[in-house]
Amino acid sequence: MLVLDLALKSLRNRAFSTSLTVGSIALSVALLIGVENVRVGMRESFSNTISQTDLIVGAKGGTIQLLLYSVFGMGSPTNNLSWDTYREWAEHPAVEWTIPYGLGDSHRGFRVIGTNEDFYRYYRYRGGQEIALARGRAGSEVFDVTLGADVAAELGYGLGDQVAVTHGIGEVGFLNHDEMPFTVVGIIEKTFTPVDRAVYVTLEGIEAIHFGWEDGAPPMPGEEHTLEEVLAMEEIEITQVTSFFVGATNRRDVLRLQRDVNDYQGEPMMAVIPGLALNEMWQGIGYAETGLRVVTIFVVLVGLLGMLVSLYTSLNERRREMAILRAVGAGPKRIVALLVLESVCLSAAGAIAGLALVYVLLSAGQPIVEAQAGLFIPIRPPGSIELLFLGAVVAAGFLMGFVPALKAYRTALHDGLAVRV
Amino acid sequence: MSLAIDVRGLRFRYGSDPWVLDIPELTLERGARAFLFGPSGSGKTTLLGVLAGVLKPDEGEVRVLDRDLASLSGAQRDAFRAEHIGYVFQMFNLIPYLSVLDNIALPVRMNAARRARLDGAGIKETAALLADHLHIGDLLKKRVTELSVGQQQRVAACRALIGAPEIVVADEPTSSLDFDRREAFLELLFAECESAGATLVFVSHDRTLEGMFSRTISLPDVNKAAL
Repeated sequence: MLVLDLALKSLRNRAFSTSLTVGSIALSVALLIGVENVRVGMRESFSNTISQTDLIVGAKGGTIQLLLYSVFGMGSPTNNLSWDTYREWAEHPAVEWTIPYGLGDSHRGFRVIGTNEDFYRYYRYRGGQEIALARGRAGSEVFDVTLGADVAAELGYGLGDQVAVTHGIGEVGFLNHDEMPFTVVGIIEKTFTPVDRAVYVTLEGIEAIHFGWEDGAPPMPGEEHTLEEVLAMEEIEITQVTSFFVGATNRRDVLRLQRDVNDYQGEPMMAVIPGLALNEMWQGIGYAETGLRVVTIFVVLVGLLGMLVSLYTSLNERRREMAILRAVGAGPKRIVALLVLESVCLSAAGAIAGLALVYVLLSAGQPIVEAQAGLFIPIRPPGSIELLFLGAVVAAGFLMGFVPALKAYRTALHDGLAVRV
Repeated sequence: MSLAIDVRGLRFRYGSDPWVLDIPELTLERGARAFLFGPSGSGKTTLLGVLAGVLKPDEGEVRVLDRDLASLSGAQRDAFRAEHIGYVFQMFNLIPYLSVLDNIALPVRMNAARRARLDGAGIKETAALLADHLHIGDLLKKRVTELSVGQQQRVAACRALIGAPEIVVADEPTSSLDFDRREAFLELLFAECESAGATLVFVSHDRTLEGMFSRTISLPDVNKAAL
C-alpha cells in the first residue's frame, strides 16, 4: 500500500506530464473503442437491414447484385420476372407470404419501389420491427406514394404534395413521367435502413407510368395515356415484378424452396438467402475493418510508448528519489514495483478516461452520425470487447512499466546511496 | 561493550574498476559519536553504502550490530537497513512529492520491524514529537519544497531517527549549512542520538567539527585503497 501511495503521490506531483500521458492514452483508447463501436454499429445496421425474410427472388444474375438492388437500393436490376411467375410462386404451398418489388424508376435521386400492401404487412428489419407510418396511410391507390423518412425530410415533402416520377435511376432523369403526378399519402417512420431512402408506390402505379413504354422507349406522340384515361381504367393489369421477398411457411423448407426456384424452368430466376448473402457481402468489405482495427491498435501502442518515454526520461531526475528510498530500506524490488505501478496507474487511468470519452462522444455524436451518415450506433454499457481492450491496455502498461523499472533497478543497484549525475 | 561496527578485511570495487575500499580493520563501539573524515574520492560514501548494506562487499567481513552483512542476501540487507539504520544525505534528502510528515514517517511505513519499535505510539505522534525536538514541529503539513535547506536537513534527521535505529549514518549533512547552523544542527542530532542510545557515524571532509565528536576516524589511514 505504501508503494501505491508513493506511486499516486509521485504521479500527482508530476501533474502536467501525468495528465498529458493519461490524455494521450485516453485519446488512443477512445479511438480504439470508438472504432469498435462504429464497426459493430455498421455491422449490425448492415445485417439488420432486413430480417425475417427467408428468400429474395429475382431474375438470374449475381447473388450480391440481387441483394444490392432489392435491399439496398443500389445498382440496377438486369431483368424482370413476369407477374404470372410471381403469382405461381406466391401461391406455392411452402410460401407463407411474399412482397413483390417493381424497380427501375426514381424520384430526384431516390429509388422508387412499386409494391403492394404486403410490404407494410410483412416487411421486417432490425430484429423484427415492422414498417410504421409516421404520418398518413400506406399507399394503396394507383397514384398514391408513401415516402421513406429521409426522402420526406430531405425534399421537404408533406402529405398531399405532388411528386413526379423519373424513368431510370439517376439524380436527374431526362425522361420524366411528368404527366403522371403522384400524391404523397403517407410517410414512413425512420428505420435507419435503406427503406428511409426509398419512395413507395403501388405496382399499378409503376404500370401506369409505363403505359406505352412497353418497348422501353417513350410512347410516340399521340399515343400517350393521359391521367384521365388511366383514372378511368377499371383495372390496371400488372405485368411484371423485379424481385420478391419470400417468407416460408416452415423455415426447414427454405433450402428446398431455394433450390426449386433456382431450377425453375419457366424463366431464368434465382433465390438468395438474405442472411447468407449479407454475410458474404460483409466479408467482401470486412477486410477494411480489420485494417482499421490494426491501425487503432497501433495508435494505442503509440499512446503507451508516449507513457514509456515520459516515465523513462523522468528517471534521471528521480535518481535522488530512488537513492532516498533505498536509504530508508526499500529493496530494488520495491523500486521496480513503484515504477511498474506508476505505469499501470497511468494506463488504467488512460483506459478509463478513454472509455468515458467514448460515451461522452457517443451521446453527443450519436444524433449527428445518425442524421448525417444514417448510421445508428447503439449506446450500450461496456461489453466484453471493451473490457478486453481495457484489460489489454492495462496489461500492456504493466509490461511496459518494466522497461523504466528495470533501468531504475540497475541504477539503484549500481548507485547505491551515491547519486552520480 | 559490544561493537556497533566491526569491519575485517573489507574490499569493495564497482564492477571490475580498481579497489575503492581496502580496509583491514575498522571498529566502532556502540553509542559512539564517530567523526569519519576523508577528502573527496577517499571512498566515504562507498563505505557508508557498504555499512548500510546497500552495496555488497566483494571480500571480508562487515559486522554491523553483530550481523555479518556480507553473508546476507540483498533483501535481507535491505530489511536490516530499514530496521536498524537511519541515514541522512548531504543534501536533497527529501522526496519532493511527500509532505514533511510523510517524509519523516517513510522508514516506519516501509518496514514493519522499524514500525514495531515505536512501542505502540502512533506514527504521526512520534513524528510530531521528533519534529518538536528538532524545532520543526510547525512545518509538518508543509510541502518539502517550501523549506529552507536547514529545515530540510532537520526533517532528514527526524526521518533517520524515527523508530530509534541503533545506528545513524550522516553523510556530510551539514556541508550545505553555514557554520552557526552546523553547530546547532549537530547539537540537536547528538541530543537525539544520545537519548535513543544510537551510534552516530558522521562523515565530513571538514575537520572544523572534529572537536565535537568522541572518536575520529581518518579514512585515508584505514583505507589502503585510497589514493
